[in-house]
Amino acid sequence: MAARGMPAEACVGQLVLPGDVLLLPAHPDEDGERLRLGAGAARRGRLLCGPGLRRGGAGLMVTKCGLLRHRPAGGGSGGGAFWVDSQQKRYVPVKGDHVIGIVTAKTGDLFKVDVGGSEQASLSYLAFEGATKRNRPNVQVGDLIYGQFLVANKDMEPELVCIDSSGRASGMGVIGQDGFLFKVSLGLIRKLLAPKCEIIQELSQLYPFELVLGMNGRIWVKAKTVQQTLIIVNILEACEYMTAEQRKQALAKLSGN
Amino acid sequence: MRETPLSNCERRFILRAVQERKRLDGRQCYDYRNVRISFGAEYGSCIVELGKTRVLGQVSCELVPPKPNRATEGILFFNLELSPMAAPAFEPGRQSELLVKVNRLIERCLRNSKCIDTESLCVVAGEKVWQIRVDLHLLNHDGNIIDAASIAGIVALCHFRRPDVSVQGEEITVYTPEERDPVPLSIHHMPICVSFAFFQEGTYLLVDPSEREERVMDGLLVIAMNKHHEICTIQSSGGIMLLKDQVLRCSKISAVKVAEITELIQKALENDQKVRKEGGKFGFAESIPNQKITAFKMEGVAVDTKDVEEQAEEIITKADPPSEVFTQPILHTPGTAQIGEGIENAWGDLEESEREETADEEGETDATAFEWEKIKMEDTSITNETEKDEPIVLSDSEEEEVVILEPQAPPRKTRTQANLKQENTSKKTFNKKRKKKRVAH
Repeated sequence: MAARGMPAEACVGQLVLPGDVLLLPAHPDEDGERLRLGAGAARRGRLLCGPGLRRGGAGLMVTKCGLLRHRPAGGGSGGGAFWVDSQQKRYVPVKGDHVIGIVTAKTGDLFKVDVGGSEQASLSYLAFEGATKRNRPNVQVGDLIYGQFLVANKDMEPELVCIDSSGRASGMGVIGQDGFLFKVSLGLIRKLLAPKCEIIQELSQLYPFELVLGMNGRIWVKAKTVQQTLIIVNILEACEYMTAEQRKQALAKLSGN
Repeated sequence: MRETPLSNCERRFILRAVQERKRLDGRQCYDYRNVRISFGAEYGSCIVELGKTRVLGQVSCELVPPKPNRATEGILFFNLELSPMAAPAFEPGRQSELLVKVNRLIERCLRNSKCIDTESLCVVAGEKVWQIRVDLHLLNHDGNIIDAASIAGIVALCHFRRPDVSVQGEEITVYTPEERDPVPLSIHHMPICVSFAFFQEGTYLLVDPSEREERVMDGLLVIAMNKHHEICTIQSSGGIMLLKDQVLRCSKISAVKVAEITELIQKALENDQKVRKEGGKFGFAESIPNQKITAFKMEGVAVDTKDVEEQAEEIITKADPPSEVFTQPILHTPGTAQIGEGIENAWGDLEESEREETADEEGETDATAFEWEKIKMEDTSITNETEKDEPIVLSDSEEEEVVILEPQAPPRKTRTQANLKQENTSKKTFNKKRKKKRVAH
């Protein structure tokens, strides 16, 4: 196993494999290979070690294969971040993620919601905007919920809530009755959620539609007619394997119709 | 694992789509998905892909005593397994209902229709018959397991070849494939199952339902038919009430579908036959398409191979080049020489008797044991000093060395196995006066 590591900056945008060690730039007043994260003074800021990376002895150890990404230190968000962009289909609940869940059971004052992970998440009926003991939300088994994880670690069952920290819904809650739900890979979801995503922009030229993206790979779409909804569903599913030119061609054909 | 529940909005959407005669993947109501048949290298193995549903079929045979009440007929055995890789809900222990249903259907379709001539499987009446065993494995579940499994079953049976057998009196000779070409099974007709999914109390009908559609349907009608328009099996499940003309309509549709599928099967079988005869490549590996995009496409080099080359060069430069070794044998006493170090010679008695014979030539040495072993290319760890004056010490490498000498010819040139490509050192004749043999370890 290679003991030496590559400097992290050099690997940004390239493929890294599990077991690779990334060295962070040494600060002048520190040991060359020792890594300090966040323990320093405020002026250095905290370097965020994101998904796919783990703090190892000599630096950052890669645990997933994928492309290394870096966000440079900017204004309020501290000393920058490194993470690995990897591809998978199975979702693991992470705190703070917004996901689409399907209600499977209604027991007392708790809903059981399937989010695609190994365990079902629990959702309290009070975790909706404006919900009180008397004023219960109207949620049936089989409904779709858009919420975020309050608690998500590997030791406990995850907890969903449909309000944010200030008590407002901000878009979360029960998703409307029509529309269609389907599943794609997690990488595609992150691509679609990126700001100024080309795919979404091109699709919105076609016809108006509503779209909800869950970080667990689930997408809910609603357009005016069944045909339009099906078209959007098929294009989004095919986006995984289509290059940009193929996608433009397909959309050009459709908008020509 | 628990199955992902079906949400209300999906159910409503699919039903609405069916009412508008639209399907999720853009097919028409009576359209089948793409059927793809590929054969393995062995006779009798095939993979059938119906859209994303994949079934692997494998046929094998064995000579067994027949059933007592059917002494002149061979035995057919069908087995379908729902592999856990097909869907998260399939677990090895507990698939019961669906499994039993599909198994029974396949059995009825292929056994009760008498598509295989079981009389031809008899070798010696009452004693030995062929037992044909068809194993079907579901590799991926995207709806309509029954159709895919029935196609896989019949294709595997058509593709299979059993060993040729001859009976002389009481003797049965089973020929291997090298002696005599294996013989195909005698198949009368090819029954294929066609599934129809019903929605809204039988108002709407879909052929070849996908997995989502199967979850939402009211009932299922399966018709097994062959290309001569004979119905082999018909089964309706789900408890829906079907009218007579609905069933007749379904049978007409299935006649058309079965004709298409049978033609596809024939073509696939012919292709495979042709490829085998012409000596081309066949098997599952050949049927996997190359250049298929299965992940994000990225321009440019994905893997940085700069380091790899450097490392490789490093290793090469650091390694010692294999050297030509000339070992000088050490002379203990006249007639006794030693090359290298090693364990004591274990040839006890032989040694004594040899020592009595004296050697005339000085320092004559003898060949040591030759163990012909494989040369390990990486083994460059033997360091041999080539100074002629000092005794040469061969290192403690794991590899046994073959030290071969030429007799009667000083200076001895020893070629150790460390020199890589020298396995054709001539086999040396043993010196009769074998003095002392040391095997260098």
